[in-house]
Amino acid sequence: MYSQFVDTGSDGQKGGQDASEQERAFQARIDEGISIEPKDWMPEKYRKTLVRQISQHAHSEIVGMLPEGNWITRAPSLRRKLILLAKVQDEAGHGLYLYSAAETLGASRDDLLDALHDGRAKYSSIFNYPTLTWADIGAIGWLVDGAAIMNQVPLCRCSYGPYARAMVRVCKEESFHQRQGYELLLEMVNGTEEQKAMAQDALNRWWWPSLMMFGPADGDSVHTQQSMAWKIKRHTNDELRQRFIDQTVPQAHYLGLSIPDPDLRWNEETGHYEIGEIDWDEFWNVVNGNGPCNRERLAARRTAYEDGAWVREAARAHAEKRQKRRAAA
Amino acid sequence: MNTREQQQFEYLLRLGDSDLILGQRLSAWLGHAPVLEEEMATGNVALDLVGQARSWLSLAGELEAQGRDADRLAYFRDAFDYRNVLITERPNGDYAYTIMRQFLFDAYHYPLLQQLSGSAHEGIREVAAKSVKEVEYHVRRSSEWVIRMGDGTQESHQRIQAALDDLWMYTGEMLTPDDVDDALLEAGVGADLEQVAWSWHDRVRAVTEEATLTLPDESWMQQGGKQGRHTEHLGYILAEMQHLPRSYPDARW
Repeated sequence: MYSQFVDTGSDGQKGGQDASEQERAFQARIDEGISIEPKDWMPEKYRKTLVRQISQHAHSEIVGMLPEGNWITRAPSLRRKLILLAKVQDEAGHGLYLYSAAETLGASRDDLLDALHDGRAKYSSIFNYPTLTWADIGAIGWLVDGAAIMNQVPLCRCSYGPYARAMVRVCKEESFHQRQGYELLLEMVNGTEEQKAMAQDALNRWWWPSLMMFGPADGDSVHTQQSMAWKIKRHTNDELRQRFIDQTVPQAHYLGLSIPDPDLRWNEETGHYEIGEIDWDEFWNVVNGNGPCNRERLAARRTAYEDGAWVREAARAHAEKRQKRRAAA
Repeated sequence: MNTREQQQFEYLLRLGDSDLILGQRLSAWLGHAPVLEEEMATGNVALDLVGQARSWLSLAGELEAQGRDADRLAYFRDAFDYRNVLITERPNGDYAYTIMRQFLFDAYHYPLLQQLSGSAHEGIREVAAKSVKEVEYHVRRSSEWVIRMGDGTQESHQRIQAALDDLWMYTGEMLTPDDVDDALLEAGVGADLEQVAWSWHDRVRAVTEEATLTLPDESWMQQGGKQGRHTEHLGYILAEMQHLPRSYPDARW
């Protein structure tokens, strides 16, 4: 187990004889499956990695409200409007639990948001793609939430207690969203020709970006081994991606939609689907700011935050006034 | 429909349309609110209002008995057939404007629903009794925000005062009964707007006083929403909201 520490090589990650007594005890505790709680000692690298991971997740929830929020005012029935409103509101709630989980590690929400707004922190690249038709709302629920669940279910057993507990709640709501997304598309593929065309077009645009959500191929994923030793990541990117593909292809067939990959084939021997080459050039470009909506998404978040500054100040000022009055009384 | 049913239908549209249009306005904040907790709260209020709209419009459709359900009524009527009060279609503006619009509406909506919880009409009574619990929270929240902003910083005070001044002329319509209101009150079905107005004035006075705001002098009041004469904004709201069902009238969603 300790040998997995070697590749990152900072204080908290040395294995064997190089690790301090504290570090060895910490790792032993994780190996035994005992969860780490906020007041427990932890290596600085573990804390930092978790803050990065949890805040990225929180930012993704918040930025993710934008492409879907886009369609609330245009939802084609009152029922769909209510479902989408509730979904986008759940995402705000997920952001809230996750920022709180990051705060238990000593991070402040304001600092984390600053990092998002000035481009230092990342969020899931999937939200840098546009939502162009109503079918995209279904595709996001089915594919994007589906991929997110695949990533997140194992995190319900991650080593850091507050994160694991937040993920339990998040995953419950996400599976609900995924079913709603799939059901939305089912209604559309059973509808008019135009609706079917919208559904196929949405799958064509969202399929590859969804596969990219699992991150780079294992060979190119630098931090995987350390994170797995710490049990803040439980499966590799490629394992999770494969699971997602195996689960999703039959669902697409059930909808009567075709997967936009001419190389897709079922391998009888392995019992898995094989796919064509992922366009990693596109992936890195979107990660690095060149996706179709990166600039708009970030600008929208920044504007909301800046325009809201006076509201937050007013709330603070009022709370202080009240406190003073109470003290004087 | 006979005259009495026609009046009830109108009344239900007023209730449903006001909720729907305000819910539609609020939902545009999601993703853009000043703080995460407000994304949640705004979403909550929008959800309640759209949910209530659906109930009122379903009742309207049942009463009309022409095969129009809540969606048909929401998505296939033009502005002149909408019966929402004008204040609900005012643009979101800044957060102070949104909060003040909400407060002035909530302060009317809450006593209105309290009264309707005792309506002689079973459907109205049931929807009102369920909705009033939600709206109790709406009015508490919007009152708190008006106070926070009014008695917060100089900037927030100016913004919320400007919103109050601007929205004031849209408040009279909610509290002024017309023939439909009178007929429904007479039948024991509708609310007594005179009492609603008393409650509204009491709350608005108390909250604005605590918020250190100045109430505008009574002035000319805009009217017309309840009769289908709207501001220019409603056409755009409906264009956006109704776009899909109207573009694909044969589709089910």
